[in-house]
Order: sequence, then structure tokens, then C-alpha cells
Amino acid sequence: MSVETTKQVSDEHPMEHLLRMDRIPHIWCSTCGLGTTVRALAEALEQLEIDHDKVAVVSGIGCTGRVAGYLKLDSFHTTHGRAVPFAMGLHIARPDMKVIVFSGDGDLVSIGGNHFIHTARRNIDITVICVNNFIYAMTGGQVAPTTPIRARSKTTPYGNYETPFNIPLLAASSGAVYVARWTALHVRRMAMSFAEAISKRGFSLVEVIAPCSTLYARLNKLGTGLSLMKFYHDNSEIRHGADLNDIAIDYQSKIVVGKFLDVEKPTYLDALNHHNAGIFGDKYKPYGGGNGSD
Amino acid sequence: MKADPQNVLTGAHYLDGNYAIAEGAIAAGCKFFAGYPITPSTEIAERVSRRFPLIGGIFVQMEDELASMAAILGASWGGKKSMSCTSGPGFSLMMENFGLGIMLETPCVLVNVQRGGPSTGLPTLPGQADMMQARWGSHGDYEVIALAPDSPQEGFELTIHAFNLSEKYRMPVLLMTDECVGHMTEKVIIPPPEEIELIERRYTDKKPGEAWPYQENELISPMLPVGEGYKFHITGLTHDYRGYPVINAEAQAENVDRLMAKVKENVDDLTWLEEKDVEDAEVVVVSYGISSRVVQPAIAKAREEGIKVGQIKMVTVWPFPEKRIRELAGKVKALIMVEMNYGQVYLEMDRCAAGRCETYICGHAGGTVHDPGSVYSTIKDAVK
Amino acid sequence: MAATEIRITGLGGQGVILCGYIIGKAASIYNEQHATLTQSFGPEARGSACSAQVIVSDQRVLYPYVTAPQILVAMSNDGYKKYKDTLAAESILVYEKDLVKPEGGGDGVRMFGIPATRFAEELGRKIVLNIVMLGFFGAVTDLMPVEALRKAVETSVPAGTEELNLKAFDEGYEYGVKLLEESKAST
Repeated sequence: MSVETTKQVSDEHPMEHLLRMDRIPHIWCSTCGLGTTVRALAEALEQLEIDHDKVAVVSGIGCTGRVAGYLKLDSFHTTHGRAVPFAMGLHIARPDMKVIVFSGDGDLVSIGGNHFIHTARRNIDITVICVNNFIYAMTGGQVAPTTPIRARSKTTPYGNYETPFNIPLLAASSGAVYVARWTALHVRRMAMSFAEAISKRGFSLVEVIAPCSTLYARLNKLGTGLSLMKFYHDNSEIRHGADLNDIAIDYQSKIVVGKFLDVEKPTYLDALNHHNAGIFGDKYKPYGGGNGSD
Repeated sequence: MKADPQNVLTGAHYLDGNYAIAEGAIAAGCKFFAGYPITPSTEIAERVSRRFPLIGGIFVQMEDELASMAAILGASWGGKKSMSCTSGPGFSLMMENFGLGIMLETPCVLVNVQRGGPSTGLPTLPGQADMMQARWGSHGDYEVIALAPDSPQEGFELTIHAFNLSEKYRMPVLLMTDECVGHMTEKVIIPPPEEIELIERRYTDKKPGEAWPYQENELISPMLPVGEGYKFHITGLTHDYRGYPVINAEAQAENVDRLMAKVKENVDDLTWLEEKDVEDAEVVVVSYGISSRVVQPAIAKAREEGIKVGQIKMVTVWPFPEKRIRELAGKVKALIMVEMNYGQVYLEMDRCAAGRCETYICGHAGGTVHDPGSVYSTIKDAVK
Repeated sequence: MAATEIRITGLGGQGVILCGYIIGKAASIYNEQHATLTQSFGPEARGSACSAQVIVSDQRVLYPYVTAPQILVAMSNDGYKKYKDTLAAESILVYEKDLVKPEGGGDGVRMFGIPATRFAEELGRKIVLNIVMLGFFGAVTDLMPVEALRKAVETSVPAGTEELNLKAFDEGYEYGVKLLEESKAST
């Protein structure tokens, strides 16, 4: 069989069936890392061969918070910081569904930080995708709990002096069972991690370091979005299973990426069912698997 | 639909108000409860956590009230009847996602066992000073439904009613009780399940691809189920019928008008007043919750003395029974509001009286129920 | 019958609230009366003095708080001292003889004491002191038929402890009946 290569130009986005095309164009700036990240999630959902009817996405507020609005899934755009507990309620009501929280660093670990650690502690079976662009972008470029020391923002005009969160360490030490980090450049590996995280039973976290050229790059004179991607290319180091204490991100320094943690632990509902079965015996009907109408 | 027999503890019980509220929620089919401990509401959570495991419910003690309110919204969209309970400080935190519940049009029930405020105030003593917070506590313009039980028995009944209204109007409903009712133990009759009428959630009968979360030209749209291929989107942003954000004044008017019209156009259905001796009354005492009980000895004493006093007990406080108060203001000499605050719902009564009769507030800062003597003195002042 | 206000006072852990609960339940569930129970909550109610208040009436109780009790059940001296002056005229004091030292009997307060702790200890469980008090309370007050109280005890105590508690109740009750007979005989 001979293979003929023909150059095809299509108006259709290859992931159209997973996107709300009636809402495109999106609001994100050109060279923003979010488009790539959303695309990687779509790729992961394709790879997984799961029923997309049974996948829900929950977002909080911010640039990343808008993701829920562009994915053609049951999708919830909630309040600032509360995507995780909303998702937890949704997951418990419909444990047969895959619930993915897709939100930003400010939303998840600043205003939503308490929910993030407690939901990881309970090992609630949801996947959290945290897009970290080191800044509050939707509000115009203020310091975030992830802004590296020395980096400038509109509220640290002379540079940041607060220690940022190391998000994978935070997740792992709070109880997550799967933790990975990639940059927006690592599209293939990112999609693979998303697929693994979604398949994983328990609280899984994937951090995605993503360029914000409009604010983070501009305020720090780091060039364009392309310059940031080039920086990721030159300065990312894949180190699977890295010691999480060693992967904090400093200003314009090496970014350690990879899959850091993948362990087995009973989920919240596993623990609940196991415990109650022990207490109540046959009288207890294990919870879960219902479609919410029971 | 009738209540599920497995959820209903039919019989005569001696229960405190908080336990009765928990039993009301369970009888109504509540299967998800997320909450954070706070005096004087905690017994509701304790009772639910004890009762849920064998009836297929899930209780989660959350990290805070912000999360509690968010989680019950998520669970409601997942198809469960859900609720939370709290008191003043927690109520303040919940106001954030209470607003999301209003905006997303999410059925659920939130109980506030009121204590004295502001701030930490009086954790173990009653107040009714969160009534205006109930009405306006979350930002923006919207209408609310709030009920006020006067006893454990009503705590049971009105919790079921609150769930029914939340499903009927597709919105969060508030049960505004107080420490006195919450911690007061009395006989509670729980009827057999076949006598408990429940309003179940209305889901769309349209197919995926044809249905939107908010139907065009429909005041109260049926909900879309998750996980069934509707792939719908909802947002706390101002949105159109598709649930898509639209950031302009026209969309805002349409969205907010609908949220308000749901309640405003159904005030007659929502209003629940219990009137006594109002027909010949010169003075009418208006109150709600526990205050509507403690005014009665004072009213009886005044009537014995020949003073024509009537009583209105507001079972529904919000929406305010504007029509009835306006009507009465044209007939009576005075209206007296008795509430455990310095005149919150009184402001609404005074507004509706519009100068057509005198209005009085018999109020105090909270911490105890009214001394009937103070109510009696106000009645005497009003007929002077 | 007009409303009867009852206050039960004692130390945290003595079962003061359960005592009030059983009186209220007996009246409202087993004797077709109305009964409203309120209690002191909070840190001030844990540890030292605590109290439960019950109002029993043939009509609906409208004002829920006890102001001038016709019956004071005292299981601790502190509790007794705190509340003795609120007792209404012609009221009844029911007290634990070894723990409470009543002062005088002004205003015609009728006083009935029982060594309930000793009874409870003899039954092997000091914890049933409150139920002994209840049985005694049932005998020396004529608030409701003793059967109503007995039934409320049976349905309110932890499963498996019914027999012990009913025994405690009966002993308190019999002591009360005897005490009444003796006082009748001596007058």
C-alpha cells in the first residue's frame, strides 16, 4: 500500500466535538498557555475512551476559571476559590462521573487554599488541573501565592519578597495520590499526565506552568509568550519521582517537571464504605454507583 | 410524591428544634449535608450524621462554611437534595455561595439558627438579628424565600416546606430559626410517610442538544441532569438562557429580572400568615418565629382588658407580606412589630404602612426572648 | 391546671438534662400534656453548675423560660444555692440529702430529701442517681401518673440499661411513697 501525503487545510478544529464552538473566539490573549492546556485535556479525554457524557469540569474564577465555559462537557463556572468544594459535592452526588477541576493558581491555592488541602486530605476522587502563570492575570497582574521571589507584579512593583507555594509539595503533603507538573510546552506529556490523573482513583493534581505574556512577561520584561516557551524549553528538567522539597520554582531558574507521586490510598468513599460496613455490617448498603436518583 | 418510608420516623417524639429540623430534612429526602460546627446549630449536623449512614445519605463536615455552601450546590446539581445549617458567623461566610445558588438557580436548603450578634456575639443565646442579612446578605439584587418556625414541630414541618419550595422555585430557601427554638425540646409529631407531600425536582423532557439550563421565556425552567449528555454550562456570571456569560446591561436586566420575578410573581403562593382576632382589631401585633409565641400572653392580657388586639404570625418572612400589611394599615390604628432585634423586619412593615397607621417596634438586642410585659406595654402605648 | 414550672439543677455529668428530658417526655408523650424543656448551654453549662427547665401545662406553653419554679430538683448544693431564691411560694424542693443542705423552709416550701447517691451506689451504678431522683420526684409531686414517668424512663435511657434504670426509678419512688406516708402518720 502506497502512502500519499496530501496537505489538507481544514476549518474544523480537531477537538471540535469537545469544545463549545458557539463560544469561540475565546477571551484569552494570544500566546497564553491556556489554549494549549485545554487542548491537552481534550487529547487526554480522547485517549481515555471514556464516555464524555460522564465527565464534568468545574472552574473557579480567573483566566483559567473560564475553561469550564469552553469545554463541551457538563461544566460549572463557580465562585472564586470554591471550585474544589463544589466539585466535591458534585462528585459525591455522582460518583459514577469523572469530575475535573480546572482552575488557576490564585483560585486554587490562595483563596481556595484551605479547600485544596482539605480535599486532598480526604482523598476525594477528583482531578485538579492547576494552571500556574505566577500572577493574577484576570484582575490585571497582581502578585500571586506562586509569584517567584524578585518577580514584579502590579502590587509588588519593586519585586516580590514573599515565599511562593510549591504546589506539588502542598498537594502531596496534604494527601494527594497523584502529583505531576509540566509546562505548557510539554503538550504530549501533559496530556498523558491528565489521562493518568483522571484514571487515578483519589485526589490527583497536575500543575501546568503556563506563560502569561500580557502581564507576567511584560511586567518582568521577559519578552513574548514565545520567549517564555523558549525559556521552558531551555530550563525544564524532567525528573520523575523528584524529591518534592527540591522542586520549588525560583525566578527565571530551572523548572523541575515530571510525575512526582503516584501511590494508592483508599478514596474518601472507599474509606466511608469500608468503615461503615465494619460498623453496621449487612445493614449498610455501600454508597456510590447511584445516578443520583436513589 | 410521598415521602420515602425509610426516611420517616413516624410517631410522637420529644425532640429539640434542631433535631426536629434534621428529621424534617431527612423526611424531605435530603441525602447530602455539608456543614461546619457552630453553636447553636450543631445538633442538626450531629443528628444528620447519625441518621444518614443507613439511609444512603452522605454527611461531610467541611473545612469551613464557604466550602459547605459550595458543596451543597455541587451536590444539588449532582441530583441530591442537599442542605447545610449554621449560625451568624457561618451565615456571613455562606452568603458568598448563597448568591451563586441564587444565580445558578439551585435548589437547596440553608438553616440559620440565629444567635446574638454582631460578630461572635452570643453563641448560646437567641437573636433574630440576621433577618436583613437573610434578605440582602449576598451582594447584588435578588429575592429570597425565608421561613421562621416557632417550635420544634414547625421546625420539622417548615424544613419539609423549605425543601418543597426550593424545588418548586428552583432556588435556595432559608429556614431562619433561633437558639431558643433550636434548643427547646417539645413534642414533635412525625406523620406517616404517605401524609408527607414532597415536591420533586423537575427535569427537562427535551433531548440533549435541544435543552438549555434556562429555557427562553420560562420563569422557572426545568433543570438539566448531569451525566446524561446535555453537556450544559452554567456560570455565576450574568448569563443568557443558554447559561453562557453575557456581559452587558441588557443581559443583566433579563437575568436579574427573572431571578426576582420568580419570587415577586408568586408572592401570594409563598405568603403564609396565621392571623388571630385581626378582623375587629384596633392594634395588630406582627411577629415571626419564637417571638410570635411569646407575644400571645401579652395579647391575651390586653384583650381581657377590652383592648382590641389581633395577631399576625409570619411563617414566611421573605418575601414580605406587603399586600396584607398595606391592607391592614388602612384599617387599624397601629401595627406593632415584635422581633429580637432593633427593628429589621419592622422597616418593611413601616414602609408598607406608608404612614396610614402608626407603627411600633418592640425590639431588643437579643440574648433572651421578649418578656411578655414589654409587649403588653407597647400595646398599651399604641392604644393611648 | 395552670402551668407548672420545674427547675432541675446539679453538676455536669449528673444527668440533669436527661432528668428534665424525661419529665417533659412523660408529660407530653405519655400524659397528653404540653411540656417545654429548655437548658443552659455553653461553657458555663459544662463542668460545674448546670440546669434544665421544664414547663408542664394542659395548654400550649407560650413563654418557654422558667422564672419562678413551683418545683426545684436539686442534686448539688451550688445549684440549690443559686436557685433557692427563685422558688415560688408554696413550692416543692426535691433534693439529694447527702449533697444538698437546705436552709430553712420559708414561704412554706415543702422539702423532700432522698439519699439518691447511696441508692445509686447500692445498685452498682452511681450514674443512675438522676433516675432515683426522678422516681422520688414522681412520688412526692403529683404532677402526673407515675406510669407516664416510668415509661419515659424506659424509652429514654440507653438501650440495655432499661432494667437497671427502672429499678433505680422504683427505689426512688418507693422511698418517696414511704416518706409521704410517714409524714402523714406524724401529722
